[in-house]
Amino acid sequence: MTARQYFAPSNVDEALKVIAEHGRVGVVAGGTDAVVGHRSGKHQLADVVIGIHRLQDLNGIQQTHDGGLSIGSLTSYASLLSSSEILERLTALADASAIVGSCATRNVGTLGGNIVNASPAMDTGAPLMVFNAVIELRSQAHTRQLPITELWTGPGLSVIGDDELLVSVTIPPMPQQSGSSYLRLEYRRAMEIAVVGVAARVTLAEDGIVAAASIALAAVGPTCFLVAAAGHALVGQRLDESNIAEAGAIAAAAAKPISDNRASENYRRQMVSVLTRRAITVAAARAAGRTVRVPASQRWREATI
Amino acid sequence: MINPLSLAVNGVPYSAGIEPHRTLLSVLREELGITGPKEGCDDSECGACMVLLDGEPTNACCFLALQADGREVTTIEGIADNPVGSRIQARMLEDGGIQCGFCTPGIVVMATALLSTNPNPDEEEIRNALAGNLCRCTGYQKIVAAVTKAAGDLA
Repeated sequence: MTARQYFAPSNVDEALKVIAEHGRVGVVAGGTDAVVGHRSGKHQLADVVIGIHRLQDLNGIQQTHDGGLSIGSLTSYASLLSSSEILERLTALADASAIVGSCATRNVGTLGGNIVNASPAMDTGAPLMVFNAVIELRSQAHTRQLPITELWTGPGLSVIGDDELLVSVTIPPMPQQSGSSYLRLEYRRAMEIAVVGVAARVTLAEDGIVAAASIALAAVGPTCFLVAAAGHALVGQRLDESNIAEAGAIAAAAAKPISDNRASENYRRQMVSVLTRRAITVAAARAAGRTVRVPASQRWREATI
Repeated sequence: MINPLSLAVNGVPYSAGIEPHRTLLSVLREELGITGPKEGCDDSECGACMVLLDGEPTNACCFLALQADGREVTTIEGIADNPVGSRIQARMLEDGGIQCGFCTPGIVVMATALLSTNPNPDEEEIRNALAGNLCRCTGYQKIVAAVTKAAGDLA
């Protein structure tokens, strides 16, 4: 099967024109999903391939006027990992970016590609949810912002229109004494797909009481999703083994895993509880100013509450 | 539909007409006759096809050739003249880091990129860097030892 046509637009307006005409199905950023899927026989490349790699306006990380960060959709995992703002302020996103694929995948794969590919097992989805990320979609006709919590509708499915291009992800500023983490249950350290993924964000008040907390899960439902009740259970508390375990139990009860060749439904559900406890512990340690190195999946033992 | 592709491979400029679905690996091997990068898994799991794209390790088997237009590709052949790559290659030979040799080009490319940016990596950093390079002979201990010794030689 050969693609009939190829476009490599040099700016966003040109890209939107091509996408309006041919649909977004053929858009290729780094190709670490689109081309890998094509080579492995999972799905064919579209008839019309639209390489968006030249849209340099969409590559990079910028401060927003209110102190948040705006990440261009073409920013690679490797670029995210080389950003001190991401490592220090959005550490869960660094935890996720550090374990996607291998070094070669991270050099080429993009944050926007991970989001639009819409795998329920994606690594950056749960972190973006606990950070209340907002994406910006652009078409020739309009520009719209959408909370990431409203984006995905099922495996490989989202509300992105056929004429829309994801241009950026904006993350609001985090309060002082906030920390975050993303942990993945994995059978190997590289080229792995999450068996279970958990992101946690914890904000501590001056007295060490939890002021805000958020938990999101990956690979245990048709999309990544927030478990608001697990975060709420921690607010107003001083973290201890018992309330962390309670949040883990709430997350496990909210999980909707399937059985497949990577794990059974029951095993996944039990592991949600374990990984949620670890993720909260790492996020809280980071919120308190203690160092737990990236990626948390390999370093969670460094954390104490 | 044929599209024009111009890129530099190991410092030599090439131009060719290429179809949109063709991968960088297929163009390197079949159009340009550069066969150092290998086709192993052909879906980006094994790293045998690894090349440097503007200096960054990239799996050529799953990279669209046309997306490399205007860019600089360095294959294992081009690394022969690189003092870091050359030392890694020598250590791989001397220290038994090579068995069947199929994964070796990708591993030398990856290790060259590692030591070029991090001249003194610890074992964990070496293993993390090489995590996307599979050796079906399972010769990992000696590969890691060879890279460690190459770093020492270059210090």
